[in-house]
Amino acid sequence: MDFDIVIIGAGPGGYVAAIRASQLGLKTAIVERENLGGVCLNWGCIPTKALLKSGEVYEQLGHLGDYGLAAGERSYDFTKVIERSRKVAKQLNSGVAFLMKKHKVEVIMGEARLEKGSPTPKVIVGDRTISAKHVILATGARARTIPAIGLEPDGERVWTYREAMTPKTAPKSMIVIGSGAIGIEFASFYRALGAEVTVIEAMDRVLPVEDEEVSKAAQKAFEKRGLKFKLSAKVQKLTKSKTGVTVELEGEKLEAEVAIVAVGITGNVEDLGLEALGVTVEKGHVVIDAVGKTNVPGLYAIGDIAGPPWLAHKASHEGVHCVEAIAGHPTPNVHAPIPGCTYSDPQIASVGLTEAAAKEAGHEVKVGRFPFSANGKAIASGETTGFVKTVFNAKTGALLGAHMIGAEVTEMIQGFALAITLEATEEDLMATVFPHPTMSEAMHEASLDAYGRVLHL
Amino acid sequence: MTDILMPALSPTMEEGTLAKWHVKEGDTVSAGDIIAEIETDKATMEVEAVDEGVVEAILVAEGSEGVKVNAPIARLKGDGASFETPAAQAPQDDAVSKEVRHPEEAAPAAVSKDAKPHPAPPSQAAGETGATTEAPHPKAEVERVMASPLARRLAQAAGLDLKAIKGSGPHGRVVKADVEAARGKAPAAAPQAAASAAPRQVQSLEQMGIAPGSYDLIPLDGMRKTVARRMTDSFRDVPHFPLNIDLEIDNLLAARGRINAMLKTDDVRVSVNDLVIKAAAMALRRVPEANASYTPEGIAMHHHADVAMAVAVPGGLITPIIRAAETKGLAQIARESKDLATRARDKKLKPDEYLGGTFTVSNLGMYGIKSFSSIINEPQGAIMSVGAGEQRPVVKNGELKIATVMSVTLTCDHRVVDGATGAKFLSAFKAMVEDPATMLV
Repeated sequence: MDFDIVIIGAGPGGYVAAIRASQLGLKTAIVERENLGGVCLNWGCIPTKALLKSGEVYEQLGHLGDYGLAAGERSYDFTKVIERSRKVAKQLNSGVAFLMKKHKVEVIMGEARLEKGSPTPKVIVGDRTISAKHVILATGARARTIPAIGLEPDGERVWTYREAMTPKTAPKSMIVIGSGAIGIEFASFYRALGAEVTVIEAMDRVLPVEDEEVSKAAQKAFEKRGLKFKLSAKVQKLTKSKTGVTVELEGEKLEAEVAIVAVGITGNVEDLGLEALGVTVEKGHVVIDAVGKTNVPGLYAIGDIAGPPWLAHKASHEGVHCVEAIAGHPTPNVHAPIPGCTYSDPQIASVGLTEAAAKEAGHEVKVGRFPFSANGKAIASGETTGFVKTVFNAKTGALLGAHMIGAEVTEMIQGFALAITLEATEEDLMATVFPHPTMSEAMHEASLDAYGRVLHL
Repeated sequence: MTDILMPALSPTMEEGTLAKWHVKEGDTVSAGDIIAEIETDKATMEVEAVDEGVVEAILVAEGSEGVKVNAPIARLKGDGASFETPAAQAPQDDAVSKEVRHPEEAAPAAVSKDAKPHPAPPSQAAGETGATTEAPHPKAEVERVMASPLARRLAQAAGLDLKAIKGSGPHGRVVKADVEAARGKAPAAAPQAAASAAPRQVQSLEQMGIAPGSYDLIPLDGMRKTVARRMTDSFRDVPHFPLNIDLEIDNLLAARGRINAMLKTDDVRVSVNDLVIKAAAMALRRVPEANASYTPEGIAMHHHADVAMAVAVPGGLITPIIRAAETKGLAQIARESKDLATRARDKKLKPDEYLGGTFTVSNLGMYGIKSFSSIINEPQGAIMSVGAGEQRPVVKNGELKIATVMSVTLTCDHRVVDGATGAKFLSAFKAMVEDPATMLV
């Protein structure tokens, strides 16, 4: 055997799994066809945050007067905005290369393919055949496209997240198809730079995975920023012309310079030789058990290729969990819910069950809310949009879910994630001292509010 | 500053109860001071200070059960302070004294491969076979049970004792899933956890129709847990069978009368049981195949008949040993058995006085029990159950006569004592009991 573990794909699932494997003393290799760090670091999480920061600062410049400030006329250099985003990605990309070197993980660049081997599948990269005791698939996912109705990127008029990250010029108008986190983030960014943006959503609310109250508040806040929404709208057809795109809805036509297709994600399961091995694949994703085992002995899958939620931190978590199980150090029994974040303006963050999902699961709930408009730090910062909502199990006091919308809520949600992971009850949240003045006090107040003990309302 | 560790009072000791503190924080102790009493599975031992120092912190509260060997129990201010137990000061067995003197060395031996997870009360006894991980039970180190806030609340609501629930979270923390599993309503828990650590589900009394509040629950002490574990293991794992025989003991009783008349001036009286022990030891010498233990490596043929005698004590029983009983005279056996039984009832036996017998005699004759069969006291090859001596009709040379008859049952571990071997031993034993003079041979 050449290696204890070979990981295919060096995204946040694969490279984190490789580091953990190395820490556990396993001889590890990682195969990557394009960029170390994967989509997250090169074409996703990180470069979009760079873009969004540029948009946010630019938008803030329009509100300088609110803070008693004034400056000359604002403007932006779109090329430099994009350049900055690429530079950030590049920096982190080399960071991953360093980490692989530091942990003595062999990086093999190229397309990997699996072949039947005994006892575990062999990994073929170019003319090299690699044997390993365990093979982990971490090939990630890509934007779902629907070519039949024109939802297919051409790099010019129709984009996926990938093209949306490096256009040559900023479009004046845009249609975003899909109001999940990806669609909303690009809508938020291009709106900040002044584009006329319309978001089309098939469901009856934006960010449909979030709590309904958050969806409503988000739509209101976005509309205030000039975003337009078409809800419960199904795209019939997208057609391109030289100057733009036309999106046909039922009984309505929308036109814009470009369209972004953000209608979901599909796993990168092709060209890996999975069919010949008989790996079970359902709905574009490899089927796994609790530690990532597929139905083929010695073959595991983690992250996006193994199904939703398609989040980098979920992939990393699964990678560590999988490798620890392989090494015989199973992770202790912890129920760790996966937080979700949308880095729009305002930000949205949540963890655990929505109120509706909690009720559907049969829980009797106690719900608390606290608006940032009643929070001192938020008022001082001029960030009074949004609120915190908590959902407790009325019988046990367990925190079932927490939902936040507002400035920097993505930086605060980990507090609730920690609470749920440690199985905190309402008493623990109430007994915790939150520093004053911070926006996090709204988390405390929302917990108090669920039990009728809110202080500043 | 020195941590005082829970000493291993015997090679097999895994945990004990910190029965009593004789010092409190801030007390100055000097060599020889008794600082604590530790109740092991079989005995209560006193822990003495060896050096002087000031007790800085008591880390394990009085009455704490299941304190793991080697867990810090107190902290002493002062250089090189250490403690040892009386067993160490009067060592009869090097291994024992060494372990007490150096608990940190003793720990690995004391919690060797037969270390068991913390026992649970009957309502949710953990299936020992199902537990593969030997996570240290959290309450061993400190009084507090590691449990998530939610697990605490759920356990309280369900009336479950957290201490009895095996934690599967980080550092053995009891989490929600553990409480739900204990409550018998486990949802689809994480498969890997279920596979490695799922306790065997035992129905609670309530599930079996006994209403809560209709009984008092007596906590399991070390002795009860040990009896439960050892007897369950033995009855389940040892292929055992009984052999019965009737003995006429008129001659034995007559001999006992003469012996005791002779010993009148000495402060000792020989009991029937002492004679039975002596006869059993002599029979073991004659049939050494019965004085043996089965081990996977081979049959251990013991050099001496170390005869253990079952002594009922409050809360259980214990089997102190008459060492090399085949070499000892009746007066000495009588003295030893009386002393051992007395100290057994006071829980003052030293571990080497009850560990390591090669054969056991259990006598319920004084309760009028005619005949019974005992469970093998591992690793011994056989155990003898002695019934009451009573006058019974016997037929001799075609005539009905009256004789004092005692029924004896030998339970044999078939892996080492076959039927014929057991029978050979019993016939040698019978010969000596019925003609006590032959014991002199």
